[in-house]
Amino acid sequence: MPNFGIVAQSFKMSLQNIKANKMRSFLTMLGIIIGVASVIALITIVQSVSDYVMNQFSDLGAGTLTVSVNGTAMKAGLTSGDLKRLETVDGVEGVSPSMSLSTLVAYEDEVYEEVSVSGRATIYFEKNAERLLYGRMLSDRDMTGESYVCVVDQKFMETVMRGDTVLGNHIRIAGYEYEIVGILSEDESMMSAFMSGGGDGAVIIPYTNVMDVSMVNYVNSVEIYYGTATESSILEDDLSAELDNIFNNAEHAYSILNMESLMEAMSTIEGMMSTMLGGIASIALLVGGIGIMNMMLVSVSERTKEIGLRKALGAEPLRIQLQFLIESVVLSVFGGILGVILGLLIAMVASAALDTTFSLQPNAVLLGLGFSIAVGVIFGWMPAKRASDLNPIDALRSE
Amino acid sequence: MAEEILTMRGITKVYQLGEESSQVLNGIDLTVERGEFLAVLGPSGSGKSTLMNIIGCLDVPTDGEYFLHGRKIAEESQKSLAQIRSKEIGFIFQSFQLLQRQTAFENVELPLIYANMKERDRQERVKEMLTKVGLADKMYHFPNQLSGGQQQRVAIARAIATNPTILLADEPTGALDQKTGAQVMELFHALNDEGRTIIMITHDAKIAAHASRIVRILDGNISEGELEDA
Repeated sequence: MPNFGIVAQSFKMSLQNIKANKMRSFLTMLGIIIGVASVIALITIVQSVSDYVMNQFSDLGAGTLTVSVNGTAMKAGLTSGDLKRLETVDGVEGVSPSMSLSTLVAYEDEVYEEVSVSGRATIYFEKNAERLLYGRMLSDRDMTGESYVCVVDQKFMETVMRGDTVLGNHIRIAGYEYEIVGILSEDESMMSAFMSGGGDGAVIIPYTNVMDVSMVNYVNSVEIYYGTATESSILEDDLSAELDNIFNNAEHAYSILNMESLMEAMSTIEGMMSTMLGGIASIALLVGGIGIMNMMLVSVSERTKEIGLRKALGAEPLRIQLQFLIESVVLSVFGGILGVILGLLIAMVASAALDTTFSLQPNAVLLGLGFSIAVGVIFGWMPAKRASDLNPIDALRSE
Repeated sequence: MAEEILTMRGITKVYQLGEESSQVLNGIDLTVERGEFLAVLGPSGSGKSTLMNIIGCLDVPTDGEYFLHGRKIAEESQKSLAQIRSKEIGFIFQSFQLLQRQTAFENVELPLIYANMKERDRQERVKEMLTKVGLADKMYHFPNQLSGGQQQRVAIARAIATNPTILLADEPTGALDQKTGAQVMELFHALNDEGRTIIMITHDAKIAAHASRIVRILDGNISEGELEDA
């Protein structure tokens, strides 16, 4: 019969016992505290770091595949004809070459070495429309090879143009004068951080102009844009088929970087990391549980006489068992709560040190508390059973 | 004729210690009626503790029949023995056996919790019992703040709280000086006058003399108190 009185009373008794043996209880709880804290801290840190990295990736990742072309002896890259063929692949919204140009940039009689210059197609500007701060983007009519216009990024505006946002000024790139028609916010995607070394900002010109200046008629890197309805892995296969055609099935002629599948792989790795680290940390919990079992066994043998008395006063074995089980659960949950707090503090300090955003993981907290309840029940069971099995006569007689 | 509340017929108890067995009780016949104040008098080793354990349903006889309040007590589960103790027996021990970390109130409350009495009824009952033993002003004292006599009175309040069929006292004055011992005996008389059945186990003939009936136990055999000079 469920009886709240006995539970409340057992709870009170266990608090009294914990208070009466402060040092012993604390040392016993320490095992659980360390175990739960390490589980919580590790899971939270792994999660925060991976959230941070994923965020960085997803800026560029969504809706883009990057094709890098090594070429073959017969064919060094993709021609504009090839690009048109890629555009016809099912699901593709647009193809933009991504060409960089190693050159000096001159602005108002000063030469800058650290400006990254790249060429892009119209679709790039359409897809990055929200980055436009001033002026306009480049469009199809600029992609003729005759239009000497460019957009610059915020960093270029700040360092080279010294904060001046007036449009229409000219910069000199590889012997040609380009008119600045737009200013973009900085490309914050992880990919751009890898690619551009431009300490003085970035300038983007029509890709056709880059081809002219470089005197090539092919490109080695293209970005493929696709819609949200398209499955990236299927698109990747279709593109592969088309590229195999273009390169006559030559090996290693190209590679496709699929951010989406990269992110999936990352999240799998993150899950594995969490499981593995959590597993290692739960060894600490196991050790903590053994500590609780030890303390409960000591407690049972110290209180043999009390157990005998309770039985004489009419306590059924199950009630004795329940009382000791509650004591061990109170002990471990108390440790668990302290462990959760400690673990979150560690995670906060760690994410501050790693410069990631701390995010509270409710799952980790629940896991920590759930673990500590389980540890209390599992490791308290045997001592509690032993208490309930005591013969009342022997128990009363013991000193 | 008064109701027979306890009936023992041919009770034996044999302890098996490895190869050897020792018989502690040799066929006890005993009848106690409702409202009696019985003393079981015997020296240590006479088997009186074993008899008390069997009366108190802490142990079961090897052979013979034991009826308590009309119910036959035999090999039963620990659970049902606990339920019988809760309902039928109020224990009073030589060394009081109070829980040191609990107040007088909480000590008296304990058997009522085990008897599944509701919180509000318990509160009332505990206060009533402690008032009855003259400790209304000491309810929230801890045992170590009470004298020996007061502690034994808390234990008595605890024993009568569930209104058991039998009060079973084991050397209730053994740890007390003469004066407080006498006060405890007065309390026993008062309880007996209320109609409570008391069985008191003792080795002290003077204490046994307080009872209305004495049986002697020696080497596992029982005899009625008329043989006082034996």
